[in-house]
Amino acid sequence: MSFEGLPIGTAAKKRSFREKLYFPEILRGLGVTIRHLLHNILHTADMPTMQYPEEKRVYSDRFRGRHRLMKREDGSPRCVACQMCSTACPADCIDIVAAEHPDPSIEKYPATFDIDLLRCVYCGLCEEACPCDAIRMDTGIYEIAADKRSSFLVDKEFLLNNTTDGTL
Amino acid sequence: MDILTALLQGLPGFGGMSDQGLFITGAAVMATLMFTVMALCAIVFTWMERKVAGFIQSRYGPMRTGRWHGWAQAVADMLKILGKEDIIPAEADKGLFVFAPLVVLLGSLLAWVAVPWAPGFVAADLDLGLFFIFAASSMVVIGILMAGWASNNKWALYGAARGAAQMVSYEIPLALATIPVIMHVGSLNTQDIVIAQQGGIWHWFILRDPFLFVAFWMYFIASIAETNRGPFDMPETESELVAGYHTEYTGMRFAFFFLAEYANLFLVSLIAVFVFLGGWWSPIPGLDFAPALTFVIKGILMVFLNMWVRWTLPRVRVDQLMYLCWKVMIPVTLLCIVGSGILMITSGAVG
Repeated sequence: MSFEGLPIGTAAKKRSFREKLYFPEILRGLGVTIRHLLHNILHTADMPTMQYPEEKRVYSDRFRGRHRLMKREDGSPRCVACQMCSTACPADCIDIVAAEHPDPSIEKYPATFDIDLLRCVYCGLCEEACPCDAIRMDTGIYEIAADKRSSFLVDKEFLLNNTTDGTL
Repeated sequence: MDILTALLQGLPGFGGMSDQGLFITGAAVMATLMFTVMALCAIVFTWMERKVAGFIQSRYGPMRTGRWHGWAQAVADMLKILGKEDIIPAEADKGLFVFAPLVVLLGSLLAWVAVPWAPGFVAADLDLGLFFIFAASSMVVIGILMAGWASNNKWALYGAARGAAQMVSYEIPLALATIPVIMHVGSLNTQDIVIAQQGGIWHWFILRDPFLFVAFWMYFIASIAETNRGPFDMPETESELVAGYHTEYTGMRFAFFFLAEYANLFLVSLIAVFVFLGGWWSPIPGLDFAPALTFVIKGILMVFLNMWVRWTLPRVRVDQLMYLCWKVMIPVTLLCIVGSGILMITSGAVG
């Protein structure tokens, strides 16, 4: 094994006289911190920290939040249970059971449409795969919280009735 | 104390009291006052420390407890600490373990009696005031060693050993740096030291001569090390020693260490103020209408300086710490004593 080209040892950088005195450098450091302190006191709003529950970050309109299912005019799901979304889903989190639709002009409808929000990676491929714009991720909800795992398994009724709150 | 006894004599209930009774009552009032100030400064300074640290690091610090900028955070913390389980490790030396925080607290509390808050307003007007303060605050070292040893914990012991080595070493430059001032005043009485600085900012000892200016900064550096705060917080280096000598302490006993740390911080700042920065005198002569307030404000500014340094500099190594003390600060403070003495003789201040 060759050590050619590798730095030899970790010898400390040679310090200049000014640096050896320490005090000029310490004062410089103190100057940096007091500048930050004063700037942050005078321009509190400039700080990157947000007071989260009261103050929320504004996301783009294209932000992918929790899914919702779109409705037809009569209130039934727009989904035709074609399984395109569940096929496209890389996390395999969409489970659809298809059933025959009473209206002969519509082939199928989802008897169940479950999404496991814990498995979902919010990639948006389901939206893109959907041929009839039935599933969307435009709710903007990202604060998804629950006190048990089973609550994250959301069903058709839940997805059809958009709740603005993140609590499951 | 004299003022207080006179005040008490004026009160209707105390008129017929014997001198001894008055003295004891006065002492009790003073002790209560001192302890209150101490507890208050721990609460105020923890909040201040978090805020200063926060703003220096471009974040807010506490914001939730209390309405305005989390002002009640320290109060809530104190209440939490009081409600915690009091644990004594099974293998610990129980007597020492229980006693150690009291010694630490006593050491810092005792030193407060000689602090000159205002003209004539000092708990004990000792002739050896400054000497007494340094002597009393040395007790803290014993308490820290006791705590580390009694905990029966490697980290605690290491922290205590480091703490003892550091505090014993830095007491020397700390005391030596005040000697030029004592030479100028000719007294160790804390009241006399402040009175000698009357008449505007240029009469303060920090600006009397160049050696005193250096001595002040030597005192300041030593005082940071003496209070075990960053960049010299070797006894509690959390990355190496968990929490140092108070690793095993919980609840009220931990609160005592905590209280003592912040009381010590304020104490060394107040010493710097009355020894070098003119005590209760305002920088502009003739504005001395609130001596105690001036004194406390100067003390708080010194505390801020302490915090500013702490949140700027990285922690030093143990060997660097010892090098700084024995090979730099002690020679420099000795030089200050000699230099200041020569200046005194040549300027004809002494015969």
